[in-house]
Amino acid sequence: MSANDHTPGAAANDTHSGQIQYVTVFIGGQLFGLPIHKVHDVFVPESMTRVPLSASEIAGVLNLRGRIVTAINMRRRLGLPLREGNHGIMAVGIEYRGESYGLIIDEVGEVLNLDAAGREANPANLDRRWAEISGGVHRLSGQLMVILDVERVLGRMLEAA
Amino acid sequence: MDDLLREFLTETNESLDVVDVELVKFEQEPNNARILDNIFRLVHTIKGTCGFLGLPRLEALAHAAETLMGKFREGAPVTQDAVSLILQTIDRIKGILAELEANEGEEPKGEDRDLISQLEAMSLAGDAAKAEAKKAPQAAPAPKKEAAGGTLVQQVLERELRPGEVSLDELERAFRETEVEVETPEVPVAAVVEEAPVVAAPQQAGIDFNRVAAEIEARMKQAQPEARVEKAAKVVTEDSDADSKGDSKGSVSSQSIRVNVETLEHLMTMVSELVLTRNQLLEIVRRHEDSEFKVPLQRLSNVTAELQEGVMKTRMQPIGNAWQKLPRIVRDLAQELGKQIELEMIGAETELDRQVLELIKDPLTHMVRNSADHGLERPEDRKKVGKSEKGVIKLSAYHEGGHIIIEIADDGRGLNMERIRQKIIENGLATEAELEKMTENQIYKYIFAPGFSTAAKVTSVSGRGVGMDVVRTNIETIGGTVDLKSVAGKGSTFTIKIPLTLAIVSTLIVESCGDRFAIPQLSVVELVRVQSNSEHRIERIKDTPVLRLRNKLLPLVPLANLLNMEVSAEKSEDEGFIVVMQVGNVTFGLVVDGVFHTEEIVVKPMSKMLRHITMFSGNTILGDGSVIMIIDPNGVASAIGTAVASELVDHHDADKQRGVENDAKISMLLFRAGSAEPKAVPLSLVTRLEEFEIEKIEHSNGRDLVQYRGSLMPLVYPNYDVHRREEGTQPMLVFSDAGRSMGLVVDEIVDIVEESLNIQVGSDVPGILGSAVIKGKATEILDIGHYLPLAFEDWFKRKEISSAALTRKLLFLDDSAFFRNMLGPVMKAAGFDVTVCASATDAMRLLGDGQLFDVIVSDIEMPVVNGFEFAEMLRRDARFKRTPIIALSALCTPASIERGRQSGFDEYVAKFDRPGLIAALKEITSADYGIAA
Repeated sequence: MSANDHTPGAAANDTHSGQIQYVTVFIGGQLFGLPIHKVHDVFVPESMTRVPLSASEIAGVLNLRGRIVTAINMRRRLGLPLREGNHGIMAVGIEYRGESYGLIIDEVGEVLNLDAAGREANPANLDRRWAEISGGVHRLSGQLMVILDVERVLGRMLEAA
Repeated sequence: MDDLLREFLTETNESLDVVDVELVKFEQEPNNARILDNIFRLVHTIKGTCGFLGLPRLEALAHAAETLMGKFREGAPVTQDAVSLILQTIDRIKGILAELEANEGEEPKGEDRDLISQLEAMSLAGDAAKAEAKKAPQAAPAPKKEAAGGTLVQQVLERELRPGEVSLDELERAFRETEVEVETPEVPVAAVVEEAPVVAAPQQAGIDFNRVAAEIEARMKQAQPEARVEKAAKVVTEDSDADSKGDSKGSVSSQSIRVNVETLEHLMTMVSELVLTRNQLLEIVRRHEDSEFKVPLQRLSNVTAELQEGVMKTRMQPIGNAWQKLPRIVRDLAQELGKQIELEMIGAETELDRQVLELIKDPLTHMVRNSADHGLERPEDRKKVGKSEKGVIKLSAYHEGGHIIIEIADDGRGLNMERIRQKIIENGLATEAELEKMTENQIYKYIFAPGFSTAAKVTSVSGRGVGMDVVRTNIETIGGTVDLKSVAGKGSTFTIKIPLTLAIVSTLIVESCGDRFAIPQLSVVELVRVQSNSEHRIERIKDTPVLRLRNKLLPLVPLANLLNMEVSAEKSEDEGFIVVMQVGNVTFGLVVDGVFHTEEIVVKPMSKMLRHITMFSGNTILGDGSVIMIIDPNGVASAIGTAVASELVDHHDADKQRGVENDAKISMLLFRAGSAEPKAVPLSLVTRLEEFEIEKIEHSNGRDLVQYRGSLMPLVYPNYDVHRREEGTQPMLVFSDAGRSMGLVVDEIVDIVEESLNIQVGSDVPGILGSAVIKGKATEILDIGHYLPLAFEDWFKRKEISSAALTRKLLFLDDSAFFRNMLGPVMKAAGFDVTVCASATDAMRLLGDGQLFDVIVSDIEMPVVNGFEFAEMLRRDARFKRTPIIALSALCTPASIERGRQSGFDEYVAKFDRPGLIAALKEITSADYGIAA
């Protein structure tokens, strides 16, 4: 089920050297990076159950190896148009405050080692919805990587609930 | 840390908790020797064990406390100061224990001379006899010396001694138990005593044994000290024997063992997984008709179920465990704050999952503290407002539909609305304008906001700004909710609702709009299949769907509507299944598209992100591996809300009433109308309770009407003072009979109580039968018979009834004015010409005068001549041999019914069973009519 499981803590010693490892993902064509120690695993969401009356960002709940995972549609969360069809979707498994969440994304990229010093603040004119959950931007060759702040992605939703 | 020490720590902590509670009790009843004995025993055990483990500080403390308590036993007066001192000592011991645990078994350095000398002084003071007084200071240093000397030895002996150490424990236990069972010594004393030192480690066990034995003798001068010693000795022998042989028979403690909680947790998780896997297997086998797996799987299934039950049981603990510390806390607070507080605890035996129990301990303690500190007033303030000086904090727990409800109520001053408002504005939580729009309850809820404290002065107890938000967070982490009610001057009540998250529930799997949902079977009454052309079909009143089910109208709600799901256009609305559900008093039908099977599920708590959805109580993984949401019947019921009025008088209740108890209690509906005094009507007369929106009340032809179930229902006001509301909803009691309904408008429905009714003061005011004491208050009993004709002038003479051609003459005997007044109109309504008598003799006089009746209804319990005798008398007279007689009694046992039959009654009806009475009358008179014609 899981394409490439990352065990938490793999990046534990990287922060000392000023390097942070990111798992990159694509959502609506944009490159995002999640600090690797936040990522529990990567999986293909299967047989999702809708949850009536829930927030629109919540795609549903699903069974991942005996745990119930709440899946969050990141496109909706970011105010992007929804994808057509269900083929090839992926999810990033996150543990947050003792619960399991799955962020549904379009595609998983690679693992990048980036210099913590290279991180830049959000541009002032960034879409509010994005600024809310972005922990800054890294300039890579040819593209920009937005850092996805997991705490903020989920924390805001919990507040709203 | 040493296993033994670890065990000592847990055990001692538990004992200390008990000591806390017992001491507070003891302070209140200082003459209760049993409580004192219990405390003494516990402290003594602690002392003994400490001495053994080489913990001199603890031992010295325990000993000094024990000495003081010894004085109590000898009759020294129990003062508050003395108890406080002992409690203080217990606290010190707890402190040392905590450090001991943190330091991996090393007793912290320090001096307890302060406490010990106080204890000793108190012992001296408390002691009248000088000789006794000398003992205390002597006794104190003694164990110290011994322990100091013993440290070295102890180290050396540590490993070898272990059997001996356990023996000491057993010895103490035996000592405790010997108080109960002392008889029949089996082994000669000498033999045992000789044997013991040889088998067990001699020195230490010997010393302690003697000490304990000596103390037993000294303290209990009652009979058979020898037998006790012997018993104790025997246990020592056996135990050491067992240890040396490596088997464990005969140990007193083998009945129960301590298991690490983690082990249990793990076991539970594994069992849950096993259940899910079993479900998956069952699912697979269900698809293959002739599978050879079927039989073994069935067995596996049964075993799994039992295993699951067993593991669940190990986790259940009475909630009283979480309350144990509270009496002590409340006592200390009362002293500190100068208040008088009584702590009432109800439902301590209510069991809940231990994990949940652990998590609510702290919030509960906090809330009780809050009630004591903020809630209750000082005695002088209480006196001023006419309350008793002693404030009451009531703690209660009970199960309700898969939840545990815990209430913390105080009879104090209630929350200070003004102060809360100020604080909200100060903290910028809301603006004044926003506050204006909020209800009181919404404003009260702000006390759960972070950093919110209204305490004007910071006491050591509360007012530090941390508190209720932590309480709320803690409760919410386990999927619970906390709510509060407050009445200024009357007190406030906090209600905590915690789900039994780990409970295993049997559910019905249903489908709606292509999604499956699980409904807990507990609230499912029955299933009905509806089709537009079948007997059961969905009908509509305006747009409200209803179902006729056994002559009752069942309100229906499509699940899809409740869950706001998109209904596909081509689906027929009138075909599907109705899940008839009952939640509390509310019965309603949930319309679903399909019903599958039932399945046992392990409820898993929902993600916090979904927890606000009240329609669901949790989710789970089904046999096929998919996740399913579990419907919360309570949530659904409250969503339906007032649309479905409480079906208070359905068959279910009538059944209950048929078995009414002997002391003739009846259910009364209490309400307010026009004035502050409560009013009441017997619940059995009320068909239902309704609330109508004010806009729905129409005015026509000089009277108020509402459209109700397809027809117009006139509204009647009990008096002119009933508050006619301008907006919102108006509550009313609906009385229906044979398709006609009347709404009696009231201000507020207060309660339903069961009490024996005794009208003490009659009334001349029309519409009121008189006054009775209900719930300790004078209450007006309404005469419904007066109001029915106000709604329909012809209520008592309706066409369908007079179609029975002639009104039949009925004689009704009852010694109770209430029942004469209550049932007379009822029978009149059923088309009879009713003559009422207050006694059998009156009735005989009437009959003797030559009056003829078609039917006689008689009470059984009457003075002078009772119903049985009356019936027997009638049957002996040729004139009345064939007159139908119906017995009416509060006592409906098979024996009394049989007695009634023998006496000549044709029917036997319970007094509160109005429909039963009418049915009996109809049946008897129509049969009679048939014969006559």
